[in-house]
Amino acid sequence: MGFMSIVQQIIGGFGTTLFIFFFTLLFSLPLGILFALARMSKFKPLNWFMQVCISILRGTPLMLQLIVVFFMPFYVFGIKLSAGWRVYAALIGFSINYAAYFGEIFRAGIEGVPVGQHEAAEVLGFTRAQTFWKIVFPQMVKRVIPPVTNEVITLVKDTSMAFAIAYVEMFTLAKQVAAQQSSITPLFVAGLFYYVFNFVVAWAMGRLEKRLSYFE
Amino acid sequence: MSLFEINNVSKSFGDLTVLHDISVKVEEGEVVAIIGPSGSGKSTLLRCATMLETMDKGSLLYLGETAAHNNAEGNTVYASAADLRRIKGYFGLVFQNFNLFPHFSVLRNLTEAPIHVQKRGREEVEAEAREMLRKMGLEGKEDNYPQQLSGGQQQRVAIARALTMNPRMLFFDEPTSALDPELTGEILKVIRQLAQEKMTMVIVTHEMAFARDVADRVIFMDGGYIVEEGRPEDVITNPREERTKQFLARFAGQGSIDE
Ligand SMILES: Nc1ncnc2c1ncn2[C@@H]1O[C@H](COP(=O)(O)OP(=O)(O)OP(=O)(O)O)[C@@H](O)[C@H]1O
Ligand SMILES: [Mg+2]
Repeated sequence: MGFMSIVQQIIGGFGTTLFIFFFTLLFSLPLGILFALARMSKFKPLNWFMQVCISILRGTPLMLQLIVVFFMPFYVFGIKLSAGWRVYAALIGFSINYAAYFGEIFRAGIEGVPVGQHEAAEVLGFTRAQTFWKIVFPQMVKRVIPPVTNEVITLVKDTSMAFAIAYVEMFTLAKQVAAQQSSITPLFVAGLFYYVFNFVVAWAMGRLEKRLSYFE
Repeated sequence: MSLFEINNVSKSFGDLTVLHDISVKVEEGEVVAIIGPSGSGKSTLLRCATMLETMDKGSLLYLGETAAHNNAEGNTVYASAADLRRIKGYFGLVFQNFNLFPHFSVLRNLTEAPIHVQKRGREEVEAEAREMLRKMGLEGKEDNYPQQLSGGQQQRVAIARALTMNPRMLFFDEPTSALDPELTGEILKVIRQLAQEKMTMVIVTHEMAFARDVADRVIFMDGGYIVEEGRPEDVITNPREERTKQFLARFAGQGSIDE
């Protein structure tokens, strides 16, 4: 098998990797905001509950969490696992796990916005929701770009964890092809894809950071 | 009926009582300066008046409308959220360190609250905001961001932001303390101009010469008490109380640095 056909096969898996990556971000970023708000809630039970959840999500392997999500319907509800469930399980597992990390980053970002901003908004009569979305959130976004960039880059690489529930993305595919061919070339090709992908991610985040540099 | 009235306010942080049973009334068009040493409770009084801090005891009224009153046990109870929202529209506050919104342009710092809190029309508000900036000598700065301005300009934007809400009165907490000395004059000039226009103001300041010139009444606070209160000629020039004299002695020789 020639080099080009290896690349072609791996591109097929790359689509799956992109799919996991994109939808995980789409769900985990907003969910992270909810987690952060719950974690900062003055309603203590919610606050504690979130604290425990985040601690578990960050303190146990993502792989294990994926397996738990995948088998949950069967073991808890006795539902037979359908073939399509794998995709949803992967997205649910990744999204909740990343929301925990994003949540902690967002919380630090929100807490870093000076009290004076809240006070100025309060005196002007903004509601709490308006204060959050108009005043705090935009300033938080700027603050969290560097740590979020780190997480996003980790996510690109973490997509390979989907193999834990036999969801075939690029890395799993590369391993299969490598085994068939008795060659490590497919693995290098996959590595190259991850690298280029992350290069683009870092570039895009850098652009975003620049765009927000008009305020301090 | 006074425009502003805070009665018998007490406030403690833990074991530390910062305000002891203080009352202040301000009439329409009056300019009141609050002076006193660091830690005497001036900011806390202003923060209670503007509801950034809750009072332990005491009542608070604007235009005769009750924002807070004492219950049977003598503890402060605040009015409903809807009432407070309306009452908050009666006053503005200018902070020592401006607290402008760094991610908004100068113009948007002024227009955001009138449009989204007072629900006024954007065009009308923008026209008013531009006029306000012109009045503050900030013409042409509409599209700048706060960090591009000097401290004095930022504080003028903050004053303009408060004024664009059309408040009945303004509170200032040491509006020139965060500024380089050469920039305080431009802020004092703006406040002086507002005084001439009969804006009701309560100003916490360490600028004695300015307080004497611009205020109708001076309140000297120390240790959470109002020690002396009266016309500036009396309190600043001829203080009766020993503590006032001691405090003012520190400022002896401070000329009209504001001009
Ligand atoms: N949030 C708070 N928690 C605990 N103590 C506080 C708090 N805010 C103020 N204090 C204390 O209350 C006292 C009065 O503070 P306040 O800021 O009102 O003084 P001030 O007269 O404005 O002083 P300055 O001239 O330095 O601004 C001080 O001892 C201060 O440490
Ligand atoms: Mg103070």
